[in-house]
Amino acid sequence: MDEYIIFMRLDLLTKDAQPSPEQMQDYMKQYQDWVGGIAAQNKFSGGKGLSVEGKVLKYGDVVTDGPFVEIKESIAGFIIVKAASLEEATELASACPILNGPGNSVEIRKISALHQQQ
Amino acid sequence: MEQLDLIPHLFRTEYRKIVAVLCRRFGFQDMETAEDIASETFLTATQSWGIEGVPANPAGWLYNVAKNKAKNHLHRNAIFQEKILPEIITNASDFEEMDIDLSPQNINDSQLQMMFAVCHPAISTESQIGLSLRILCGFGIQEIADAFQTGKDTINKRLLRAKEKLREEKITIELPAPGDIEDRLEPVLTTIYLLFNEGYYSVSKNETLRKELCLEAMRLCTMLIENKLTNKPQVNALLSLMCFHASRFAARLDGDGELVLYDEQDTNLWNTDLISKGGYFLHCAAGGDRLSRYHLEAGIAYWHTQKADTNEKWESILQYYNRLLQIQYMPIAALNRTYALSKAKGKGVAIKEAVKLGLTDNHFYYLLLGELYSGIDNKAAQQHFEKALSMAKTESEKRAIQKKIEYSRYSPR
Repeated sequence: MDEYIIFMRLDLLTKDAQPSPEQMQDYMKQYQDWVGGIAAQNKFSGGKGLSVEGKVLKYGDVVTDGPFVEIKESIAGFIIVKAASLEEATELASACPILNGPGNSVEIRKISALHQQQ
Repeated sequence: MEQLDLIPHLFRTEYRKIVAVLCRRFGFQDMETAEDIASETFLTATQSWGIEGVPANPAGWLYNVAKNKAKNHLHRNAIFQEKILPEIITNASDFEEMDIDLSPQNINDSQLQMMFAVCHPAISTESQIGLSLRILCGFGIQEIADAFQTGKDTINKRLLRAKEKLREEKITIELPAPGDIEDRLEPVLTTIYLLFNEGYYSVSKNETLRKELCLEAMRLCTMLIENKLTNKPQVNALLSLMCFHASRFAARLDGDGELVLYDEQDTNLWNTDLISKGGYFLHCAAGGDRLSRYHLEAGIAYWHTQKADTNEKWESILQYYNRLLQIQYMPIAALNRTYALSKAKGKGVAIKEAVKLGLTDNHFYYLLLGELYSGIDNKAAQQHFEKALSMAKTESEKRAIQKKIEYSRYSPR
């Protein structure tokens, strides 16, 4: 089994696009149902949500606040899954509930062993 | 009644206290001596009380005898050492050191310290439970063997090896430093929980023994809560969880000791006192910023004490299982999560996820599939039940599955 990271991108900044607290609660439930389903297959390796607070550093001492916003959607979080192939990881990712929102996307990348754990 | 009943009862409650205090005093090097002295004390009691009658304060009497035996041992030891090491001169202070403190406070402290020592990660989990039963709960070797469904020899060997290991590793009998408490609590709580499960889920027919195991686990957990240093949210969550489970003790076994499934239990037999205790400790578990697996399992157990079969109940259980599986994957949790999913969102959704679980070596997996297909595709349901039946391990499981097969055969559709 290899590990794959699933990045979730959505619009975190446009005010009108933000969910109400009730919607948020519902979204979180859907999200947990999705991750719970992956974990029930013993294919969940870890994951984190990200705050909108952040900095971006660029070549030439350029510093900007907040997440990377060259496009409207920024990374909202990621999970790491165990899968036998990129196809299987993609299949797991395809049920991610954020894909129900227009403009949102997920990106699946195989984790290579650059930083091998001890 | 008198001493015939009294001595076994006192053995259960006092043996462990005497052993804990003496062990702590002697160290693991002399653990067997501590056990011997405690056993001899009860032997003396049996002989003496048979002739002279039961003393006014039986526990106090036992403590005095144990104390004297321990002092004699220390004294003999001191003389022995004096002879082979003549440069050591015994003086008055040595005798002071020989005092054996059997005050309630020291008994409690000693038991708590023993708990951490016995649940040391250096020894295997099985040995931790075995030693806990022996040293912390005063169980006999035969009882421990029954609880593990194995022979006395196996248990004796296991305990012997564990004690050797504790000596080799020079494990000291003391509470961990405050900074290490969280880490060291982990294996202690695991042992307590396994001890409880041993009683709750074991296939042993001995109901008294099973109940006893559960109560002992709850007692040890209560001791942790009573101490300020170890009274942590996850400890309260564990006790809460055990209270909720234990509340169904009377309802989950029928007159013949057969397991009664949750759906079929007489809810009037649920112990409301334990349910409210569970609620209290769950409330106490709310502090802190760490959500332990015990919090999640207590949440699940709480909802199982709610009789009404509402969507809110199953949605909540589903959410707790989602989180629990992210902390720790367990096949049984994966199966239960899928069952909760079917109750919350319907069998169709659950079947889709169930087929992905791939737990084909687990007969509960086929039981779940049979359950999910019932009323949707009864033929498929029956096939899964048959498969479960062929893999079931105990007679009582087989009988329960057989009932399901009969039911699905004659149910409409």
